[in-house]
Amino acid sequence: MSGGDGARGAAVSGDDALYARLKAFEGRPAATGGRGKDPVNAAMIRHWCEAMGDTHPAYRGPDAVAPPTMLQAWTMGGLSGHTDRSPAYDELSALLDGAGCTAVVATDCEQEYLRPLRPGDEITFDAVIESVSPRKTTKLGSGYFVTTRMDVRVDGELAGAHRFRILKYVPGKGSSGPGGPAPEADPAPRKGTPEPVAAPRDAPARPRPVINRDNAGFWAGVAEHRLLIQRCTGCGRLRMPWLPGCARCGAPEWDTVEAGGGGTVHSYVVMHHPPFPAFDPPYAVALIALEEGVRLVAGVTGVPPDAVRVGMPVRLEFQQVRDGKGAWELPVFRAEPGAARAPREEG
Amino acid sequence: MSVRRADTLGGRAAVVGIGATEFSKDSGRSELTLAAEAVRAALDDAGLAPSDVDGLVTFTMDTSPEIAVAQATGIGELSFFSRVHYGGGAACATVQQAALAVATGIAEVVVCYRAFNERSGRRFGSGVQHREPSAEGTALGWNLPPGLLTPASWVAMAARRYLHTYGLTPEAFGHVAVTGRRYAATNPAAYFHGRPITLADHAASRPIVEPLRLLDCCQETDGGQALVVTTAERARDLRRPPALITAAAQGAGRAQEQMTSYYRDEFYPSDLAGLPEMGVVARQLWRTSGYGPADIDVAVLYDHFTPFVLMQLEEFGFCAPGEAAAFVADGALPLNTHGGQLGEAYLHGMNGIAEAVRQVRGSAVNQVPDVAHALVTAGTGVPTSGLILGRDGG
Ligand SMILES: [Zn+2]
Repeated sequence: MSGGDGARGAAVSGDDALYARLKAFEGRPAATGGRGKDPVNAAMIRHWCEAMGDTHPAYRGPDAVAPPTMLQAWTMGGLSGHTDRSPAYDELSALLDGAGCTAVVATDCEQEYLRPLRPGDEITFDAVIESVSPRKTTKLGSGYFVTTRMDVRVDGELAGAHRFRILKYVPGKGSSGPGGPAPEADPAPRKGTPEPVAAPRDAPARPRPVINRDNAGFWAGVAEHRLLIQRCTGCGRLRMPWLPGCARCGAPEWDTVEAGGGGTVHSYVVMHHPPFPAFDPPYAVALIALEEGVRLVAGVTGVPPDAVRVGMPVRLEFQQVRDGKGAWELPVFRAEPGAARAPREEG
Repeated sequence: MSVRRADTLGGRAAVVGIGATEFSKDSGRSELTLAAEAVRAALDDAGLAPSDVDGLVTFTMDTSPEIAVAQATGIGELSFFSRVHYGGGAACATVQQAALAVATGIAEVVVCYRAFNERSGRRFGSGVQHREPSAEGTALGWNLPPGLLTPASWVAMAARRYLHTYGLTPEAFGHVAVTGRRYAATNPAAYFHGRPITLADHAASRPIVEPLRLLDCCQETDGGQALVVTTAERARDLRRPPALITAAAQGAGRAQEQMTSYYRDEFYPSDLAGLPEMGVVARQLWRTSGYGPADIDVAVLYDHFTPFVLMQLEEFGFCAPGEAAAFVADGALPLNTHGGQLGEAYLHGMNGIAEAVRQVRGSAVNQVPDVAHALVTAGTGVPTSGLILGRDGG
């Protein structure tokens, strides 16, 4: 077992009394009697496919099936709350907290698909604590990997399984480079952050943000779901991209303002060739004009790439990106509802 | 050279020799071998010997150091060696560096060269997925996480805005592609010799990064090109008619980036629809030479991607903003008469300088009658450079 990037070079510690107690939780339920909030349905499938830019014909039309990677989506509690965890899972968490392993990072997940889900299917699910690792020392700190497996059923028949692995660890031992926080070292997942889509450990590497001392503040903001714009304290000019001085007045001093999140597509491209393993062409990349007057290159979501237009209103979101080596946040811009039906603007 | 005043370099140096390897997709030899072959060929063309050379200039991107080229070609001690940055933007600036050196007596004979296996070796078009967090790497790094990874994509962002600004469709770019391939068809040295295209071929070519299609993107090439520069006085005693360096300029704009200058609307109203760095070059070339668009008999404008040819014509004032596609279609200005990088070869702009020299000599395969002044430019979207070459006494 591997814990993803944070666990590279993990070392097993010696005899561990706590481990024996943790090990006893293996096989105990993590959640029971879960029931999907909605039956599998065409609307959620369509939203998913649009957000992912997935145009596969199998997910459309009268004989549509749900994309297999939606497996976990059917089990999610949504904004109105999640299904309660089992007492056993809470006990395991408390035991780890008591041992100082108060920090948690999601490391990876895996899915297995046994049969397709189709609109109308009503799903139920149970989760089990599948395994607890011996104590490991990772870049983030020392702790235990806990793997839960959720079985998703339709009419009692197993349709798929979703394994989710976390590292519960003693915080404060991790290292952040001088260039700022390592994007994959995110010890405190925020409420409301969507669960990451499954990314196998051999998933192709995605281009990482290029972070140095001059722009670390921007990426630290993104990790907190805040898009920070530099502001020259000499002349008040807002600037993007981040630089250690003002192109208008030359002053080195600056502070930041947080973007409100509104913007429009100033220009855009649709990528076709050459193919990159981590991307799925065709996909759109836009130059977004933020309402504050500065610009940012970002992906556009919520519409197929051929529906993006110059002038289209968009709104800031944050998307967790994962590959085989880690996960990090990126700003993306979702087309405002109805924007795709705006009169076609050539260009 | 100054952004404010005419300079005093004009007419003091000349290109006296040009030489190239064959242009291929797989040279079968090292980049240093290609560089050495091109340098020897250029010296032969000039009627000079390696022992005459005391200066070498190339691109920062070139993999063959001046000292290696000197060793491999029998060039002796060097008093001047220099490299210019920013990819293809360096091309005309290598000649400017050489002219500065010979005009001031820093060197007597300087060879400019560029050689690479860009098709069979490292292909620029394959894109960038990782950069070190240097200032330069971080600047490009803003584009990588969302997947804006290739030169075509960086240009396409500007091209889309150009079309939007002037209410055009992507077919506007087709005239540049057709023109380049028309001249290449009658140039035996061109990779696309004998293979002209039509506007319909352009429109039907597959999308690379919309709005750019395959035929908006130049080819990739293995090869080498060299140019010999010396003083105007010495040039008059050599084998070929000199191509006088009438004006030479570099240019970078405000809020300049490399290929992704997306953040300078505050400084330039043309925004993404213009190339202000080429405007900096244009103003200097016109001011120093005293010429204007009407004085140019042939133009060799850098054409790695078609949209930037249109923007260059507008920056130089050959036509009004937004009208360059119609201007090219009209054909009044002989443009990229070797076939350009779209048709002849992608030699990072250096083969375009050689074509301007041939036009001034009167020896081009697609010769324009009675050329007194040729304009040639270097890489676009990056800090760049340009030259006006003139006939002696022209
Ligand atoms: Zn300022």
